[in-house]
Amino acid sequence: MTKKINITINGTELAVDHGTTILDAAKQLGIKIPVLCYHKDLCIAGNCRVCVVEVAGVSKLFAACATPVWEGMDILTNSLMVRNSRKHIIELLLSEHNADCTKCYKNGNCELQELAAEYKITNQDFIDLIHSHSYTIDSFSPSIIKDDSRCIRCQRCVRTCDELQSVGALTVAHKGDHMKISTFFNKPISEVVCTNCGQCVIHCPTGALIERNYIEEVWAAIGNPDKHVVVQTAPAVRIGLGEALKLKPGERVTGKMVAALRRLGFNSVLDTDFTADLTILEEGTELLHRLKSIIVENDNKHPLPMTTSCSPGWVKFFEHIYPDLMPHMSTCKSPQQMFGALAKTFYARKIGVDPEKIVSVSIMPCTAKKYEANRPEMRDSGFKDVDYVLTTRELAIMIQQAGIEFNDLPEERYDSIMGTSTGAGVIFGATGGVMEAALRTVYEIVTGREVPFENLNIQPVRGFDGVKEATIKIEGTTPEYKFLEGVEVKCCVAHGLANARHVMDTVKSGKADYHFIEIMACPGGCLGGGGQPIPTTPEIRQKRIEAIYAEDSSMTLRKSHENPEVIHLYKEFLGEPYGNLSHKLLHTEYSERQRY
Amino acid sequence: MDEIKTTVQNLVKKHGKSRENLLPVLQGVAEKERYVSEYAMTLIAEEMEISAADVFGTATFYSFMDTTQRGKFIIRICRTISCYMKGKNQILLALEEALKIKLGDTTPDKKFTLLETNCIGWCHKAPAMLINDEVYTELTVEKVHSIIAEYKQLS
Amino acid sequence: MGKNILKRIDLIFKEEDDFKKVLEKALQSTNTELINEMIASGLKGRGGAGFPTGLKWKLTSEAQSETKFVICNADEGEPGTFKDREILTRVPYKVLTGMALCGRIIGAKEGFIYLRHEYKYLVKELNKEIDRFHAVLDELGLDFRVKIFLGYGAYICGEESALFESMEGKRGEPRNKPPYPSDFGYLGKPTVINNVETLAHTFTIFQHGSSKFNELGVKDSYGSKLFSVSGDTPTPGIYELELGMTVEDFANDFGDGDTKAVQVGGASGFCVPRKKFRETHIGYQGKLVGISLPTGGSMMLFNSSRSMFNLLTNYLEFFTEESCGQCTPCRVGTQQLLEGSRAVKRGEKPAAYLDKLLALTETMKATAKCGLGQSVANSFQSIVENFREEMIY
Repeated sequence: MTKKINITINGTELAVDHGTTILDAAKQLGIKIPVLCYHKDLCIAGNCRVCVVEVAGVSKLFAACATPVWEGMDILTNSLMVRNSRKHIIELLLSEHNADCTKCYKNGNCELQELAAEYKITNQDFIDLIHSHSYTIDSFSPSIIKDDSRCIRCQRCVRTCDELQSVGALTVAHKGDHMKISTFFNKPISEVVCTNCGQCVIHCPTGALIERNYIEEVWAAIGNPDKHVVVQTAPAVRIGLGEALKLKPGERVTGKMVAALRRLGFNSVLDTDFTADLTILEEGTELLHRLKSIIVENDNKHPLPMTTSCSPGWVKFFEHIYPDLMPHMSTCKSPQQMFGALAKTFYARKIGVDPEKIVSVSIMPCTAKKYEANRPEMRDSGFKDVDYVLTTRELAIMIQQAGIEFNDLPEERYDSIMGTSTGAGVIFGATGGVMEAALRTVYEIVTGREVPFENLNIQPVRGFDGVKEATIKIEGTTPEYKFLEGVEVKCCVAHGLANARHVMDTVKSGKADYHFIEIMACPGGCLGGGGQPIPTTPEIRQKRIEAIYAEDSSMTLRKSHENPEVIHLYKEFLGEPYGNLSHKLLHTEYSERQRY
Repeated sequence: MDEIKTTVQNLVKKHGKSRENLLPVLQGVAEKERYVSEYAMTLIAEEMEISAADVFGTATFYSFMDTTQRGKFIIRICRTISCYMKGKNQILLALEEALKIKLGDTTPDKKFTLLETNCIGWCHKAPAMLINDEVYTELTVEKVHSIIAEYKQLS
Repeated sequence: MGKNILKRIDLIFKEEDDFKKVLEKALQSTNTELINEMIASGLKGRGGAGFPTGLKWKLTSEAQSETKFVICNADEGEPGTFKDREILTRVPYKVLTGMALCGRIIGAKEGFIYLRHEYKYLVKELNKEIDRFHAVLDELGLDFRVKIFLGYGAYICGEESALFESMEGKRGEPRNKPPYPSDFGYLGKPTVINNVETLAHTFTIFQHGSSKFNELGVKDSYGSKLFSVSGDTPTPGIYELELGMTVEDFANDFGDGDTKAVQVGGASGFCVPRKKFRETHIGYQGKLVGISLPTGGSMMLFNSSRSMFNLLTNYLEFFTEESCGQCTPCRVGTQQLLEGSRAVKRGEKPAAYLDKLLALTETMKATAKCGLGQSVANSFQSIVENFREEMIY
């Protein structure tokens, strides 16, 4: 029984659990105390001092986010002293900030801007400190831009990169008036261990960390009559896009999204979910090959456990931190890149367009995908397989720029050839989704029966636990897969790079007995990706994950191997899964990278 | 290059691998090499299993931690109020003249680096300065010249 | 030295080498008896914060933990303070004895001296003293070991929680409080952290009893204190004086006959103008008449040739550099105060802008995360309010 503490907030009495902060206690009464450095996903910092409140009998103010209540605490959240202090704090922040909002990418979605507007900071008496100091804008990375002139030093990005993702590419350097957020020796983020996951971007309250946007390039391609612009959309975009267009979290807007893309001018509106299904066929086959090599032939060249490879943030992390475990990673490209390779070969041929005229665009909930598309080896089609990657946020911007009333759009369907998908494809957007999709197919290939879970919903791999495990016993195999009879296939699912590190450390030490590991760089999987609408909170991600599984349940086809367009693709073009042409177009290699 | 690796490994062995030993390890490297280089930091990061950025961020917090190459003798003249009042600016000019460098620079022969620092705790005998760990107080222009001359004799 | 208007005390530097006897005597008492003696003495922290030492030791002894620590804060960095250096040079065994007995009382087996890097030249001799001390502890069967932890150039590490962070291998950024060191200190364990001089005073109390200590000074400001005297004075140096004196007496004793102002407590202290000398006392908050100023003992005297504007900007430059930078009011506030003061002096901002800056210091005092940001107000307000003309013309 947690001890209860009695307090008063703005004259109203309240009893809360021992250990509750002033901030959370106030929330219970519906009182919103403004914050900047505080974020639900991160540990408490208590450094911006925006959330200060008055406690009767004490001359100092307290940071509401960092102060646990004590018995009899009499709190004032809006006294004159609090308001004056808060106004000063905001003015101070603005004085060391490039407050040229009209020229800022985050104009309209910036927490500092919101605060300044709320407090009506119409006068700035303090001296402008930003234009007299030198500051860096790092735009070398294809994924993320770091603009120090917009940084309010709340350290959310450092805490995100260090604790949430365990990457540690960002740090606080120097002190006093030279204190800033930096990388190792202030190198560009493209030269350090940054994985491009973009978690820093979705946690940054201002425009200090933003995605590198390719909106103008895509408009130019669309406006070029010589070009045939193909667009693919990732699973998690269709359940996140609504938030960036004033809809509630968890709205499924697939049909409207397709309609919007057509009206923007894309020539072919296709679906990454199609290649997600394709990935399952390739990766499932790869897994079975490895199992056979090890169990039957005792050949460990392609060892187990095998890890997924569709998360480019995870892949780069792996290349930096676990280069000696490289053979463990599946050689499958991600659905985005498989799509890219096929768009300028198979698809081009099917629609009779010269591949040189095709511009391949993807809409992703991800910033690392921008890096992935730019990887030098991603040119198996003979051209750059994916030309531009737009985040969910950039798509929303384009929709607004085109003057489209999103909510009034009709529900439309994807174009054919590479537009059909199954429920197994859409669940790629959630942590555990790739694993579930793979199991639905692999189990059926091996036993001829459906996976033994009600409605094909494999619950043990679903949800937000950092590391999830599931064991499936294989019984009653078909003759071809007799070597798997009685084998207990052990699966592991991890999301967020900190959890990925835990799992890979056990693999490295030899203590892991998994066969297959799914890793997503972002907490929650792609639905919580660095390209998704801002803000992100556990509650918002919960709504998104419910939407993903609702999409899955609503689909007629729920197993990748039943996707008719995928079947057709193999029949007409690829031959068989894991065959020669697949290896050429749909599989890839990895590079060892420096540790730091 | 390998020498630094040995230095780092020995220091980590001596002090320990856990985080609370980072400062002694950094100090040990700086004592030997006169500064902590980028390469040294990656070695420390690897040995102690800390991110390189974190090592950098921690190191740059401390004023006496040098991440750029310094001279053999680092002169730190106090610029806080008591020393300032007792003529620190004149002493600084004298040092710049004696060494033929400006504040912040290192002599071409890599022997001397001239820096300022905050109160070093000798206010009653101001103006004062540190040369590496040695303290020199009650400085006058003449004293400064003779101290520098002495150091110039050292190899 | 000086005109001896104020009584000179000789407790701290009196050579009393037989610390073994002091240890033996104290070890015969129970922990409760020793704590009560410390409380009865009325000793308050001599680093400047003035927290009652006996109470600190009591709270930490009551904390539940297998592991606890005793830390001696020798990060003396306040401008104008140099007393701790002298103590560690001349009578380190007093500090060590205080630490060992504190350890015995609270249940700590490890002690550290956080020594600022600028005092590195002390390390060799100090280690010799520590070895000598350990040998005596072994003879007495007291399980306690002291180690030196060397700082690396950061004034803010004198703040207790920043000091812990530094010792843990991190940036010296102060922590959120609560929790306090008595519950959550170094490595998250209950820790007593005391200033060098405080620990030296505990030696006196253990040796001679609390009454010898509190027969000096005045109510709520008992005992003697070391003062570091510098600036425009014919007699700079370290002096042990009784608490409770007026600044007037002090200036008459140590001034050069032309004292315009006395800075009490360093850059984070107060600038007392001549017109307020008589009504200002040196001691801790309490029953003193008139204004009382707590202090770490830094006393800097300025005569009429000194520019108070230069003084102020020197302090502000110090703070803008030494701020850890994590919290907005301090990181940005110190810069605004410095740039703002300069702008007023140059005529780029009107004189009335000083009032906006004074209001800012009130916000800094109320909202800064630690004592550094909170104390900038002290010197800014006292200098600007008492010497406003010099800020403008």
